[in-house]
Amino acid sequence: MAANIVYREIANKRTFWLLLALCGVFIAGGFWAHLTMEHHGHVITGMDNRIVWGLPHVFAVFLIVAASGALNVASTASVFGKSIYKPLAPLSGLLSVALLAGGLAVLVLDLGRSDRIIVAATRYNFKSIFAWNIFLYTGFFAIVGGYLWMMMERRMNAYAKPLGATAFIWRLVLTTGTGSIFGFLIAREAYQSAVMAPMFISFSLSYGTALYLLTLAAACAIDDRPLGDAVVRRLKNLLATFVAASLYFVAVFHLTNLYFTRNHGVENFILVDGGIFTALFWLGQVAIGSVLPLFLLLAPGVNRCRILLSCIAIVIGGFCQMYVTIIGGQAWPLDLFPGFAASSSFFDGEIHGYVPSLWETLLALGGVALAAAIVIVALKLLRFLPERMDDQTLDPSHSDARAQ
Amino acid sequence: MLRHAGLAFAAFVAFIVFALPAVALAGVPKPVIDIANPGQCIASPEVMRRTHMDMLLHQRDKTMHEGQRGGKVDLNGCIDCHASKSNGSVLGSNQNFCQSCHAYAAVKIDCFECHQPKPGKARIAGIKP
Amino acid sequence: MSEEQKTGRRAFIAASVGAAGFVALAPGVKLMDLAQARAPGESVSGKVRWGMLIDTTKCATGCSDCVAACATENAIEPGSGRPAQSSQWIRKIELKEKTGGHRELSLPMMCQHCANPPCVDVCPTGASFKRADGIVLVDRHICIGCRYCMMACPYQARSFVHEPLHHQNPEVPRGQGCVEACTFCVQRIDRGQGPACVEACGKSGHEAMLFGDLNDPGGEIAKRISTVASSQVRADLRLDPGVRYQGI
Repeated sequence: MAANIVYREIANKRTFWLLLALCGVFIAGGFWAHLTMEHHGHVITGMDNRIVWGLPHVFAVFLIVAASGALNVASTASVFGKSIYKPLAPLSGLLSVALLAGGLAVLVLDLGRSDRIIVAATRYNFKSIFAWNIFLYTGFFAIVGGYLWMMMERRMNAYAKPLGATAFIWRLVLTTGTGSIFGFLIAREAYQSAVMAPMFISFSLSYGTALYLLTLAAACAIDDRPLGDAVVRRLKNLLATFVAASLYFVAVFHLTNLYFTRNHGVENFILVDGGIFTALFWLGQVAIGSVLPLFLLLAPGVNRCRILLSCIAIVIGGFCQMYVTIIGGQAWPLDLFPGFAASSSFFDGEIHGYVPSLWETLLALGGVALAAAIVIVALKLLRFLPERMDDQTLDPSHSDARAQ
Repeated sequence: MLRHAGLAFAAFVAFIVFALPAVALAGVPKPVIDIANPGQCIASPEVMRRTHMDMLLHQRDKTMHEGQRGGKVDLNGCIDCHASKSNGSVLGSNQNFCQSCHAYAAVKIDCFECHQPKPGKARIAGIKP
Repeated sequence: MSEEQKTGRRAFIAASVGAAGFVALAPGVKLMDLAQARAPGESVSGKVRWGMLIDTTKCATGCSDCVAACATENAIEPGSGRPAQSSQWIRKIELKEKTGGHRELSLPMMCQHCANPPCVDVCPTGASFKRADGIVLVDRHICIGCRYCMMACPYQARSFVHEPLHHQNPEVPRGQGCVEACTFCVQRIDRGQGPACVEACGKSGHEAMLFGDLNDPGGEIAKRISTVASSQVRADLRLDPGVRYQGI
């Protein structure tokens, strides 16, 4: 089947250079922000001793979580044997590696001492989920790298399946690790929950698939490559399932928190009274990120435009979700003395505000640009995508069956 | 042709071996080793030059993790003797003790991101070697 | 033991006796017993567990002598940024009971030096660690500034250094990009003194802070904890903090 599919690099040089230049501007901006932050310290950012993780972490965690989900299409092809997706699988692996690289770059460049990255790479505290994640992330690069090689080198195709299965399991563990960064924080009412890990896995599946579809559509548009409707439409139900699962976990998370009266304060803050966080939760995460895509995907008469629109909505909702989870969780003050109203010079008992500065915004956008640049350059240099992705080429048997 | 290439290569190697270091050394001023409070260091200059970083690294972990202070190796002890009289610091310009050598060797000093490069108030009640 | 080390130990004990004589004048400060004094080159002992008992009934609203003493000893200055970006190793918390008579309390809050510290659990590089004598510290040499410990600390006791510093106490290295917190004035403990805050509280006449070895059955702090009712902040987390409060 694969024999008559021809893979090609990006042919449209003008668009390629234009996109690369655009990414380059943002990457340079991000690096400049990093150097400025390293020189002056984090005093120039909106982050402080109360909101210790800010916009860079919102973007970084989003990219890392989406990276794991971007591998969905490859997993569907290799692990679950849906051969229609096989020609689309290399892009899936590429996108996941690129997103992870973009996210990690932001995370590393935001460190107080990013010059000591060698320390992070050589000294480990194995009780720390962060330390485990360092292995999970590097392992992910290695495994997906090998997986891409097996997929793209014909002589190695036979080994793509076991490596794909390894990558599949690995990324589930990876997202469990990412979710657990928050789930293991015993002190914070907004985080501590075992649901965090499976919730992050369902987030990753929907964000990653949405970003994949957007990337695929964009890559096809650059060269005017035909993209079949059936293949896009087939992913629609999968995407809707992921969005619904995410919404389910969000509901379970908040309902279990509401069951415990002591958590009513923080739940009231996020769900009712939290200003920007409440707005981002209901409008961003729930309405735009979940309900709208479910409607667009499941209402009758779905077409490609609606699917891609739902992908955009999912990505917007994803950023809102990360903002509410990461910043909102820190904005709520820790209650050291239940039954007392507390005040101090260090803002005990106060809801903490956060206004991102230009610097951390540039750094965060730089990570997105880096991920995009990796995809664009790889598509230009290597043959990741088939020349034609119309339904006839991708799935002759399916089209034949329909024709008969 | 081949012989010429060989000759050119030999000339290139000779240039690297003899000329470049000479150019480099001529261009970089030798470090100024001006000790504000001369006296007996904890080891000979040869040993100190080669191993001061290892001594400090070893002592750093002993002090940080095991609370051992006031021993022979002590960064603050270095600073006491080696801070310059002009600005009271081991840093500041290429005339200052730590900075002059490190600038010459092009090795970044990370110590003074946190440690005070000027001598301060009296420390450990105990013992100076 | 070499001759030099012996001399060292003798000199140290002599110095400690002198220090003890001085400190006896400052009430509220309880020294380690001489039997526990260490010679140079001797590591801290796991037999000791440093801790503090804070009597909130004696701690005065509006008094911040402990905070000032900490700032002087550890050279902590307000930063150039927003107040929330400045380091606070110790802070005064004013409490008002929500029900009943609206009882008001004032107490100092700092690193609680937990026996099971969450900051140590989460630190990816091992920079957050607990010394054998129970003091929780940040090894700035290997701290990468990820701030995960600040997310994990239930007491919000840690600060991130947001800008370059220039006026450090030579004994208390601190610097940009690393996380820091109360050290129980480890530099003073290592030479046989107690924390600066405790000393200042004694000098102010409040004597609300008592410092000592929780493991020493004959010591003042162990005796007080066994006789008066004291509590641990967020005891529900079972972190076994080394700082205990009386009168909450």
